[in-house]
Amino acid sequence: MDLSWMAWTWPTAAFFIFILLALTTMMIWERFSPGGNPRKGILRLDTTRGDRLFITLLGSAYIHLAWLGIFGAPLWGGLVISILFGIAVFRWV
Amino acid sequence: MTQKTTHQKAWLLVTPVVVLVAFNALIPLMTVVNYSFQETFGNNIFFWEGTHWFEEVLHSDRFAASLVRQIVFTTIILLIEIPFGVAIALSMPRKGPWVSVCLVMMALPLLIPWNVVGAMWNIFALPDIGLLGKTLNSLGFDYDYTQQPFSAWFTVILMDVWHWTSLVVLLSYAGLSSIPEAYYQAAKIDGASPWAIIRYIELPKMKRVLIIAFLLRFMDSFMIYTEPFVLTGGGPGNATTFLSIDLVKVALGQFDLGPAAAMSLIYFLIILLTCWLFYTLTMKDEAQ
Repeated sequence: MDLSWMAWTWPTAAFFIFILLALTTMMIWERFSPGGNPRKGILRLDTTRGDRLFITLLGSAYIHLAWLGIFGAPLWGGLVISILFGIAVFRWV
Repeated sequence: MTQKTTHQKAWLLVTPVVVLVAFNALIPLMTVVNYSFQETFGNNIFFWEGTHWFEEVLHSDRFAASLVRQIVFTTIILLIEIPFGVAIALSMPRKGPWVSVCLVMMALPLLIPWNVVGAMWNIFALPDIGLLGKTLNSLGFDYDYTQQPFSAWFTVILMDVWHWTSLVVLLSYAGLSSIPEAYYQAAKIDGASPWAIIRYIELPKMKRVLIIAFLLRFMDSFMIYTEPFVLTGGGPGNATTFLSIDLVKVALGQFDLGPAAAMSLIYFLIILLTCWLFYTLTMKDEAQ
């Protein structure tokens, strides 16, 4: 099967592998502690683990775009902020 | 602790959907992500560009202008269609022979293909021979959607309201029909005014369907392409060039697949965030 039209590159493949790993981790986590640990965090939203992952990923996308718009490439600063944001979301939201 | 029986076989039934979604959504989306970091001149030959296209789109005045036009358009049609649709649904009969007549009349615009709607309105609004255009001009209005941005906007909005208010009407009507008669009887005993019935019985009961109506209309209008493309082609000038029209111009007109892919991803993120925010905030109220 010729997949050259999909134009795969290592960085984009790594991105999707990361998403896949995140989803797999969530499944394993759910296996060991079922129910998704629902709670009401600082935003007063009812969130489960899956919601928190979604908020982290969506927020990270915006953080990276904002970094790119304000400071331009490279994106390491955006990545660091996103990781901190993710930790904060999983801890408090 | 009692062990709950789980039927893992049920997952097999979901497999066809997973395969279908993979083919029509995941693989194309992955390809768009791949394209957004590269430049191509065809023949499946790609050159790595890094985040260059994203920077270009984020600093592009053209993208900003289309985005503003898109937001203004979506806001206007939501402000018109949702209240108007609810008002029509409230005034429709609930029983008797007129119910089916009204429902069929309401469903008619939804049955017409989008490009046909565009073509119909294109002719209907022509200033020299179209019924709407000719009438408006003979009434003394200076109306010409092919030349004036205001007329073009007026026509595009009117067309969208004509085409899609019915969807809001039908959804709201379904919500209204599900309210048990006992609620109305209780309101009557309490001597509630017609406005109180709408405010405290009908609107709260319609809330869920209205959320669906709002989300559907938001997403559809934010992605609108065919109707304005057939009606105005994005003109006059760039006056009605909404995001998807601009995107198609970049992707297919100029064959700039990289910038178009970056644009699509930003476009996708805006829709995703808006839908999530709206859904979460309305569901939060529901929980309280």
